[in-house]
Amino acid sequence: MTTTIYSARKIITMNPARPTASHVAVRDGRILGAGTLDELKGWGKHIVDDRFADLVLMPGFVEGHSHAFEGAVWRYVYCGWFDRVAPDGKTWEALRSLDAVIARLAEQEKALPDAAAPLTGWGLDPIYFGNKRMTREDLDRISPNRPIGVMHASFHILNVNTRALELAGLMRTGVNHPGVPLGNDGLPTGEMKGPEAQGTVAAHVGLDRAMMSGDERGLRDFARLCVRKGVTTATDLANPLPPDTVEMMLRVTGDASYPARIVPLRRYLGDDARGTIEAAAALAEKSSDRLRLGLVKIVVDGSIQGFSARLRWPGYYNGAGPGLWYVPPQRLAEALDAALEMGVLVHCHTNGDEATELVLDTMERALRKHPSPDHRFTLQHCQLADRAQFKRMARLGMSVNLFPNHHYCWGDEHYALTVGPERAERMNACRAALDEGVPLGIHSDAPVTPLAPLFTAWCAVNRITASGRTLGQTEKIGVYEALRAITLGPAWTLKLDGEIGSIETGKRADFAVLQDDPLEIAPENLKDVRVWGTVHGGRIFEAAKI
Amino acid sequence: MTLSHGAPKPVTLISGYLGAGKTTLVNHLLRNAGGRRIAVAVNEFGALPIDPDLIEQASGDVLTLAGGCICCSFGDDLTSGLVELAARTDIDCILIETSGVALPGAVAQSLSLVAGLKHEATLVLLDAETARKLARDKFLSDTILRQLAEADLIVLNKTDLVSDDARVDLRDWLATTAPRAKIVETAFGALAPEIAFGAYAPSAFVADEPTTLGGAGPQSQSFEIERTVHVARLASMLAAEQAGLVRAKGFLRDADGWKLLQIVGRRIDITPARAPQDGVGRLVCIAHGAPLERARIAAIIQGCSFPNPSS
Repeated sequence: MTTTIYSARKIITMNPARPTASHVAVRDGRILGAGTLDELKGWGKHIVDDRFADLVLMPGFVEGHSHAFEGAVWRYVYCGWFDRVAPDGKTWEALRSLDAVIARLAEQEKALPDAAAPLTGWGLDPIYFGNKRMTREDLDRISPNRPIGVMHASFHILNVNTRALELAGLMRTGVNHPGVPLGNDGLPTGEMKGPEAQGTVAAHVGLDRAMMSGDERGLRDFARLCVRKGVTTATDLANPLPPDTVEMMLRVTGDASYPARIVPLRRYLGDDARGTIEAAAALAEKSSDRLRLGLVKIVVDGSIQGFSARLRWPGYYNGAGPGLWYVPPQRLAEALDAALEMGVLVHCHTNGDEATELVLDTMERALRKHPSPDHRFTLQHCQLADRAQFKRMARLGMSVNLFPNHHYCWGDEHYALTVGPERAERMNACRAALDEGVPLGIHSDAPVTPLAPLFTAWCAVNRITASGRTLGQTEKIGVYEALRAITLGPAWTLKLDGEIGSIETGKRADFAVLQDDPLEIAPENLKDVRVWGTVHGGRIFEAAKI
Repeated sequence: MTLSHGAPKPVTLISGYLGAGKTTLVNHLLRNAGGRRIAVAVNEFGALPIDPDLIEQASGDVLTLAGGCICCSFGDDLTSGLVELAARTDIDCILIETSGVALPGAVAQSLSLVAGLKHEATLVLLDAETARKLARDKFLSDTILRQLAEADLIVLNKTDLVSDDARVDLRDWLATTAPRAKIVETAFGALAPEIAFGAYAPSAFVADEPTTLGGAGPQSQSFEIERTVHVARLASMLAAEQAGLVRAKGFLRDADGWKLLQIVGRRIDITPARAPQDGVGRLVCIAHGAPLERARIAAIIQGCSFPNPSS
């Protein structure tokens, strides 16, 4: 039973009773207290560790909506518009033209040992190339014989080459699908939009669906990325969680050196709502400190940029249809009823405001049947909610996890195309959520956008889009509020705020170790705060050595 | 790499909101498969998608069913599931039971992505008791109306639970809501497999007398046609409401060669075909509910025939 007292340049506790401190005492992986050295000496025999004396400690960041696939996706070639750091610490430089993307893929292609092996890229975002579309001919320049696929940053579009289309049996006329644009020759251009279109070619270009959920190396790499970004608890939202995946995750996270706590949510699919909730409740029994099971995610609608989110009147700015339901309302009702009855925590993905409305209506009825004072049911993304809906969330005891990164990456497109100027300005309305008293988390949806809570906080504070437009001045929040939304806020949505999310007596010794002070740095530079690493349950992980 | 063998597999979509009777219908069709080896594709094995006595063996994502049929779950990856089914040589046709909120038109479009499959028919089931209420629902209205608008055949189910007046009202409403579709009424999902899958060549082509297909409603009439016919004109007349049939299938000689004609509801599909060995055209018409008058169909065929070159 060793007690270690760490000194720091500053400790931002997120505990309002004691907002900052100079020292924190740790015993058995938990926090004895934060305060002055003299105060902490009272705990008895201890050692003082000054390794963080020049650094700033915060509670370890909590990523309330990410996918562990962020770890596995790095086995593909990064082709994105922004610099991005891989699990091994290598920074992959931004690619600012289609030619640059082709050049990087061609260079990586040379390293592939097997002549028939697929070449896979990810992170492409051609909206920044003046919307010049990639075609199969572009990718054919790399290799006519090898199947090649490049996934877009949004994961809604996959570009493939001619060989991949041949393997999928799609180099023919007669394809009639809105997700497969055809060229003047009547043949697919190689752009595959949406899951149905992608499903035909994904396996041929090396996009293995098993890797999305049950990949051991990916889970290890995901935790390395967590360390680099100060994250100590991250969700995997969601995972089908078959038994062998659960066993793998328990084993991997159980390694003495595994540096993160993973919270996988089980995805609801199919017609057996009650069965899903029961299965999740049974999974909760298997939880360990670093793998928290028992939560459920329900996807209610699609995505805004895919025009499949359910929007209320007047719908999409460009006149696209009303979107798609991904779960029948009756099944949603059955699932929420069963979950309230059994005390299973449910997060609902709603992008469009009509999907949010459905969950609110359904929740209101379910709560009348099963009054539950502390259910913590959370709306995920919830990008288009208006003030009236935030008020209802507050009354119904719901929480929200908004998506400011999306606002940054695709806000310009929402302004011009999907929802139009007025609603684009109120998207991801963090200010409204806090004003109306809705517990708030903010997220990256990694790998859709990079796992980096300080970047997410920066997005919520500045509301700047990729083109530099300030989108929704009145929905900005302050730096401290944003820091809360990457610590205690998401911890609340996972019912873990009693354990993590602040530096105070009794909580887990989970810290983000920073080289700059996020409260001192100019708010417009918040994303540039450097991360030294993390402390997880008292174990120290330096990003440079992970 | 080959993706399929032989003729494309016909795919029938079974759509409709929860409670319309999709699962009951699927089980009924499996019990009355008539030798067809059916692959049923569902989202996920929920609470009993298939009656337990039909299941011979369960392994992973595939249930082996009586009579050479199977049932598989595709999860959230429909196209990958269909690619696998298209490659199987041990099945004759595919039934997709879509989720209650899926739009069948979108699923039908997805079929064009998979080589070796052919969209045969879209059946949208409707619970006669709750249909009008669902169509006004705050959240579901547009989904239900789009499902109906995309139907080839609307299976109006649970008609035993509504009055005759209510049934007539419902049919009038459907005539404007689902102008593309024809309507068949059933109770307990008891739909003749010929209506779901089409006539089962070749045996269906030999009957001369009207054949009752099981149950009170459906019946078929077969015709041998030696003359050359204007297939497109014949098709549009057969697909019209007055002809009184819900499906038709034929191999017919047109002025520019042999054609395979398929009619489902009002949808017409004409494709080039190989000549039959005996050089005789054949047509099977299937009706449901009202009797199918042989003389009337014969007159339509006569009216669409070219003068016989030898006479």
